[in-house]
Amino acid sequence: MDFTFSAEQRQSADMLAGVLGDICSLSHLRTSLKAGAKFDDGRWATLARLELAGIMVSERQGGLGLGAVDVVLLAQACGYAALPEGLAGYIGVTVPLLAELGCDIVLQAILAGGSYVAHQDHGFVVARDAAAASYGVVVDGDRVAVVAADALASVNVASIDPFRRLARLTLPAALQAAPAAIARARERGAVFAAAELVGIAQRAVDIAAAYAKERQQFGKPIGANQAVKHMLASAQVKIEFARPVVYAAAFEADIGSVASRARVSHAKLAAADAALAATRAALQVHGAIGYSWEADVHIFLKRALALSEEWGERPYHRARVQRRLTTYKFAPDTLFALETDHG
Amino acid sequence: MAANVPTQRLTSFNASHAGFEAHRDWERVLNRGGYGMVTWPAEFGGRALSLIEWLIFEEEYYRAGAPGRVNQNGIFLLGPTIMEYGTAEQKSRFLTPMAAGDVIWAQAWSEPQAGSDLAAVRASATRDGEHYVLRGHKIWSSRAVFADWAFGLFRTDAESTKHRGLSLILFSLTAPGVRVQPIAQIDGELGFAEIFLDDARVPVADRLGPEGEGWGVCMATAGFERGLMLRSPARYQVAAGKLLALAKARPERVDATIEAALLQVVMDAEAYALSIFATASRLAAGGTIGPEASTNKIFWSELDLALHSVALAILGAAGEMLVHPDDAAHDGDWLDGFLFALAGPIYAGANEIQRNIIAERVLGLPRG
Repeated sequence: MDFTFSAEQRQSADMLAGVLGDICSLSHLRTSLKAGAKFDDGRWATLARLELAGIMVSERQGGLGLGAVDVVLLAQACGYAALPEGLAGYIGVTVPLLAELGCDIVLQAILAGGSYVAHQDHGFVVARDAAAASYGVVVDGDRVAVVAADALASVNVASIDPFRRLARLTLPAALQAAPAAIARARERGAVFAAAELVGIAQRAVDIAAAYAKERQQFGKPIGANQAVKHMLASAQVKIEFARPVVYAAAFEADIGSVASRARVSHAKLAAADAALAATRAALQVHGAIGYSWEADVHIFLKRALALSEEWGERPYHRARVQRRLTTYKFAPDTLFALETDHG
Repeated sequence: MAANVPTQRLTSFNASHAGFEAHRDWERVLNRGGYGMVTWPAEFGGRALSLIEWLIFEEEYYRAGAPGRVNQNGIFLLGPTIMEYGTAEQKSRFLTPMAAGDVIWAQAWSEPQAGSDLAAVRASATRDGEHYVLRGHKIWSSRAVFADWAFGLFRTDAESTKHRGLSLILFSLTAPGVRVQPIAQIDGELGFAEIFLDDARVPVADRLGPEGEGWGVCMATAGFERGLMLRSPARYQVAAGKLLALAKARPERVDATIEAALLQVVMDAEAYALSIFATASRLAAGGTIGPEASTNKIFWSELDLALHSVALAILGAAGEMLVHPDDAAHDGDWLDGFLFALAGPIYAGANEIQRNIIAERVLGLPRG
């Protein structure tokens, strides 16, 4: 497997990171927090102008026809910026699901720009920003319904992460069975949540390293102490060994085999582990200020906490890795699901 | 590979001269087939294969259960450094016998007062015409008890301190003035040694790289060592596969705690393989290995220890038993492997040093 991203893939990730630097900086997030962390229509409109919504929609349906590998770096950039709006899940999971379900009217509204669709899948994802949505995708088991916003009953639920504006959508009466499309959406959901978690983890380490260089105690920067260095280095090791797993999971996400599902779950577990460790280390490096509302650490810590259990809680993912260990031969030549697994 | 791997398991190359020579013979078998070091150019006995192809070779090597490489210090550490820094004469003199297993190399870095602080080396190389005169005391030299030659850092500028004024010098372990004193390891085997240098004379032509710049040359070697060459992923994937087989054979021993640990080490073995393939992809696209090699060294050393710890937990009370004639399942190998893995976080730059490197050179934290 070649892990090298193409120039286009790297450029579009850099482009998104640049835009997020302009419209979703830490000071933007702090300002937004003071004002109640509301859905930012202006930011969503700016992101819509990037025309990423159709990235995984087939060209026949008016999209770019690209795959999960083309979105994984974008999701990582969203995590790095702690973008409150769920762009990665939207362009990588919700919109492709609508396309697969053949919801052409909704799809055209999305591709025309601006339209947002909330996505609920019990046990996998809680709907976000229902108030801003024109439509809702509501999944229950292997059945799904797509409903217009005015027909959607929802109850807001507060999250520990103020930027995650959660809502419980009422299950519509009529749902259609779509097991394959729903299963694919869940695989992608886990992959992009994992990619966001890797971005969150790296940002937490970067913020903590910057603080450790600046903050002086005992006449020197606290980052000169090995206790601080080793904590951040250990978090960095976790990130380095989660990232390639996430990239491989993006490559294999659509296969839908025992091995590819195990890879996606491994990616999710490793990324959650890295993000929880990195944000926890960042909190400790900051000391008391890190425990304050005013510092930025908590934004990343809370997002890590939420995403670690979204798109499949950890026991679900562990069970899927376990399944591969008990049903498939484990050896160097079974490393890549594509070449080995026909199950 | 499967057709050529010795049918009888070789005794440890650290246990006896006979065990060492049996491993040397295996290196000769490999070299006759052109498999001594497959990434090297044909003129030095290789096949000029790419890094990705080397990873595939390693997969086959470990899958066949082939013996450990007694030649490792030479082919993975010194060899690549000679290719980068050696003169044409040094390449032709050292690389071919290295690949052939005719000259097996020991490392001679540490000294009693220079362990993690490697730049504190005191052993000196004093120029005398066309020779250096080596004086000093090296220690923890892997394979030095039975090996032929060693490479190490010596102070060529007596006035210098720290990493300046050092040179990388190659010397025969049987030269006059060189005395090797074996040290028994934690398992009782003679895997490393002290080397006493008492006016040993070495031709100037056996210095690798420029005089006084040995630190930079040696760090290149350390980079290879920490990097992907020293520990190919197949080693851990095969070990993880064996561990799964052990767990399947003894389901009554696998409780929830062991099962969770098992899951983690198998995922980590996969993560290590994926990471190495990602690095190899980057190198193939023209990238380089930088200080992030330190993350590798931490990861594989901790993975190796975790793998063997889980195995011992499954074995339970039998875990303390050494390999014995009735041990058909070779359970004792897990204990051997565990003892070896205990050294992992210490050698090739202690993991604490690696964490300093990551913190300072990757994250930009100030030096302590």
